[in-house]
Amino acid sequence: MIVFDEPTSSLAGEDVEKLFDVINRLRESGHGIVYISHFIEEIKTIADVYSVLRDGCSCGTGEVEGASADDIVALMVGREIEDLYPRSERKSGDVAIEVKDLSGKKKPDNASFTLHYGEVLGIAGLVGSGRTEMIRAIFGLDSVKSGSVKVSDLRGDFTVSQRWQQGVGFLSEDRKQEGLALSMSIADNATLSKLSGYGPFGSILPSLQQKATGRWIEKLEIKCASAKQPVGALSGGNQQKVALARLLEHDVDVLILDEPTRGIDVGSKALFYKIIDELVKGDPENGIAPKAILMVSSYLPELLGVCDRVSVMCKGVLKPARDIAQLDERKIMLEAVGVE
Amino acid sequence: MDTLDAKAKRLSLLNKFGPLMGLVLVYILFVIIGPDSFSSLRNFETILRQATIVGIASLGMTMIIILGGIDLSTGSVVALSSVVIATILSALADTQGGAAMFDIHAGAGVALVAALAGIVIGMACGFVNGLIITKLKVVPFIVTLGTLLLVRGVAKGVAHEQKVDAPLSWLNDLLATRAKGEVGTLLPVGVWILIILLIALVVFLRYTRTGRHIYAIGSNEQTANLCGIAVNKVKLLVYTVAAGFAGLAGVMQFSRLSVGDPTVANGLELDVIAAVVIGGGSLSGGEGTVVGSLIGALIMTVIRAGCQQMGLPNWVQQIVTGIIIVVAVAIDRLRHRSAD
Repeated sequence: MIVFDEPTSSLAGEDVEKLFDVINRLRESGHGIVYISHFIEEIKTIADVYSVLRDGCSCGTGEVEGASADDIVALMVGREIEDLYPRSERKSGDVAIEVKDLSGKKKPDNASFTLHYGEVLGIAGLVGSGRTEMIRAIFGLDSVKSGSVKVSDLRGDFTVSQRWQQGVGFLSEDRKQEGLALSMSIADNATLSKLSGYGPFGSILPSLQQKATGRWIEKLEIKCASAKQPVGALSGGNQQKVALARLLEHDVDVLILDEPTRGIDVGSKALFYKIIDELVKGDPENGIAPKAILMVSSYLPELLGVCDRVSVMCKGVLKPARDIAQLDERKIMLEAVGVE
Repeated sequence: MDTLDAKAKRLSLLNKFGPLMGLVLVYILFVIIGPDSFSSLRNFETILRQATIVGIASLGMTMIIILGGIDLSTGSVVALSSVVIATILSALADTQGGAAMFDIHAGAGVALVAALAGIVIGMACGFVNGLIITKLKVVPFIVTLGTLLLVRGVAKGVAHEQKVDAPLSWLNDLLATRAKGEVGTLLPVGVWILIILLIALVVFLRYTRTGRHIYAIGSNEQTANLCGIAVNKVKLLVYTVAAGFAGLAGVMQFSRLSVGDPTVANGLELDVIAAVVIGGGSLSGGEGTVVGSLIGALIMTVIRAGCQQMGLPNWVQQIVTGIIIVVAVAIDRLRHRSAD
């Protein structure tokens, strides 16, 4: 018997197919396979029987044939999901970020795009195509070789700290290595980029940090004992919510999200999609302006579900962004592997 | 679930009060098995005075260890500081009179200049450490292993490989026992300086932006960078200030010996690091408190004083201190394992 635990989380499309070939051969030769995955499509392709675990309990088992993806998702979140990807009326506004001919050390190669307030722009592409390098260069985390990034009216190279001050926030693809300080508390992590306004005379009072964080614990439904709990003690989905809470607490206008839902449970994913929609919609009646969101993802249904426009990156070259109405998974994949 | 919470709570209590309980235990132990004089107020004061040098140096070391670094050059810096102080005192006193050494009493101003010079020379050493660590990206252990020898060499060179005699001044009274019936201060000035610095650092580390940044860098440097913290600036600041504390420890060392001795405080850094670790500091960074470190310094001093007063040989002290360090680190590991 062989157990596969999320074997495809960092594999590109063709490698996944190779892996499936291997698994199929193993099955035919009489091996028992346990295949653990977040990706329901994979389960539908490879598995004969499924079993859904939620909060440590088995909550449903059945034949894959005859079960729809919605049935399985409903079991995973514990309630019927009417619409995993809510989409409100969105209004594309002023330019938030304008990138022109941006080149990094190796990747990207002359990338250009424009991101407006009130829209979600998705960046698709294979792992290693230069998507992450591009958004890191925009945020000042990686060096820029040539080209320009314009945030609002500010043009030029800026440090990470200046980007935060300009109202740009970044969610890392790797929450354990980079996104979060695991030994520090939820409150410390959520307030780390801001760290001002939590006490008189520029002081930082833990009680005010915790109070501010409490708001996000409630809104993002973070399951924890208290804001003082170390982030390392939380589940993956809840950790990722803390990472998002940092951007919300900082009240940034532009959110750069790198694989925001990688490796988190469906319930948390649904919440991320809901929050993303709320942010780009804004709330003009209460004076909350629509935000701009730049999102990198390898998960195509998510890109098509959440974004307004998607741009595909292939070997460091960014293709022009297209409206999602003109796209489907197949078209994106073909662009990503460089066929079209 | 409940048992896990209870266990976590117990461990966090152990974490918070473990070092203090340890201190109370060893103190009571020596009160019981040691000579009657051990429990006297006078002896208590002696222990405080003896703990001052390691205590002051451990305040700086705590910041470095929280940052995830280490400084092995502390002992050498203490020696260099004491040599510089003695050299300046004797030089300035010589030019003023030329009377035989020990007859003259250096003026308060001259002594202040000498003490400040000792602290500044310490900070200069720390600045160099910090510069090499941040600019050349060499690990702190190697850098400070180098400066341990380098600074010790400079101290010997400045002192022409012998003790530097110095005229008496108020510096010599910093750690002097208060005469019986003396009005005014309860404790020697040096101990008061330690207490004031301790309070200042508690406030700095807990309630200021930079203080929180130090913890964040130690917990996860990449996260700190992502959140716009000027990692290298903070590191440079911490290494510089911490070595300033070592310089001040050199002032105290000079006060106790009343000469500048280039061979003094050999291996002191190990006592200082041990104090921080016993006090709950983690060598992997992100954890530690100055109060804990001071308690760690006191634990070692109590053991030393107790063993001496009982007439136990030096090797017994070393074995006991060694066991305490190993136990402290084992508790630290245990805590981490349960947190994961």
